[in-house]
Amino acid sequence: MFKDLFTIFIASAIINNFVFTRYLGLCIFFGVSKKMETALGMSMTFTAVMVISAALSWLVYNLVMLPLHIEFLKIVLFIGIVAGFVQFADTLLKKLNPTLYYKLGIYLVLITTNCIILAVPLLNTDNNYNFLQSITLGLGSGAGFSLALIIMASIRERLELANIPKPFQGMPIAFIVTGLIALAFLGFSGMITI
Amino acid sequence: MDTEKNPQVEARVFRASVGPHISSGESVPHIMWTVSAALLPAAGLSIYYFGLPALSVLVLSIVSAIVFEALAQKLAGAKITISDGSAILTGLLLGMNLPASVPFYLPVIGSAVAVIITKQLFGGLGYNIFNPALIGRAFLMASFPRFMTTWPLPQGSLSLARPDAVTGATPLGILKEEGYRKLLSHFASRHDMYVQLLLGHRGGAMGETGIVALLFGAAYLLYKGYITWHIPVTFIATVAVLTAVFGGDPWLAMLSGGLVLGAFFMATDYVTVPQLKRAQVAFGLGCGIITALIRLEGGYPEGVCYAILLMNCFTPLLDRAFKAKKFGEASAKA
Repeated sequence: MFKDLFTIFIASAIINNFVFTRYLGLCIFFGVSKKMETALGMSMTFTAVMVISAALSWLVYNLVMLPLHIEFLKIVLFIGIVAGFVQFADTLLKKLNPTLYYKLGIYLVLITTNCIILAVPLLNTDNNYNFLQSITLGLGSGAGFSLALIIMASIRERLELANIPKPFQGMPIAFIVTGLIALAFLGFSGMITI
Repeated sequence: MDTEKNPQVEARVFRASVGPHISSGESVPHIMWTVSAALLPAAGLSIYYFGLPALSVLVLSIVSAIVFEALAQKLAGAKITISDGSAILTGLLLGMNLPASVPFYLPVIGSAVAVIITKQLFGGLGYNIFNPALIGRAFLMASFPRFMTTWPLPQGSLSLARPDAVTGATPLGILKEEGYRKLLSHFASRHDMYVQLLLGHRGGAMGETGIVALLFGAAYLLYKGYITWHIPVTFIATVAVLTAVFGGDPWLAMLSGGLVLGAFFMATDYVTVPQLKRAQVAFGLGCGIITALIRLEGGYPEGVCYAILLMNCFTPLLDRAFKAKKFGEASAKA
């Protein structure tokens, strides 16, 4: 039981890292990884949203959708759940930490349309995970996304001082770095898949 | 006396400079050339074992690395610095990471990826995040897996024949596919296996087989102080300990694969590893854990290349985490 949860966590956080092995969630990834401060803020927000939306989706799916036989609506309903919760987090953050709120800018609202946040509830239902497994997958995915953001922010802050040719400064070199990290993550291929 | 018009005094004032006054003669080109020279015994041994094809792969990767470096710097309008030896070292390391039987275009493509994409796009020597030679190898591994996993067996003498006439699996490949007992049956005894592995009489990438020659070069670099023990020792010890804990043969783990080549010559690259000693120990530990994980659980038989690349991603973070605290800095701030 405990080993199973640990496997799910490691698999989703590192071995099948959503950003570097499935190339999901790149919009926010490139948007907020320019500075460590925003990357850390987004990491915490994203992980919290991830875990709670995984839990809410599991509850709605198992307590409402399965008894009513409306599983085919899961994509629409999951997007609705995530959107509602993000709106809630958005309002909360605006009150609690306005500075971070303005730094994260448009990307906070964009969590709603983030591929990872939809992929996790869908994976949970596909794998018939129970409540704890679903939350663990959400937590692992959030941790994996945070790891990707923090690595990327540290690399991009170092690249600020690099003598990069003009056409490649900013976004292009960020894409190249991501490609090279993905090449390194190929080493984990064939280990555990979820 | 009017000092302003005394030429002797004027000249003395002019020559005054701040320290250091004594130069040791060390410079980036000097270090690059020395590291390349330290790799030569291993390169020579691989030419002895794998014949002229090994020589052609090494020459191709070195020459193409130099050409691509010059080309990229010319296009970028930067000063051409091929004489600093870094392109030659990258080419040499890439060549030593390939099997001797690869077709001629693989070292060329690998050098292009290594020098242009991994190094020059980031601003050249000193700015790259990843080890160029290893990215070249990982790229070729992903693009041409068949060529990259066909290992010629050593011929034992200088031969003109293409070595792909006789191919076989690497010791780690046999270990992964068929188990320890089967691997042991290829050798006269366990002791014989260790000796053969040490001498490099086995299938594998060109540079990784001649462990004796690699250790000889590494010892010279350690003696000169160009590399320190922190990363190689923690890296190799972590792999050995983890292998022993999970029931493997720690001596085999240390002597097989690219561990010695990677630990001494690639995980010690000044640019892509952390600067502080404590951070270097963490780096070596991480490399060792990932290598052991890939060897024991992963799809590939060998994980040294990926382990170093993955830890390269963490280098800026490790440098940050182990940064010395300023005197009087409050610890609660973090």
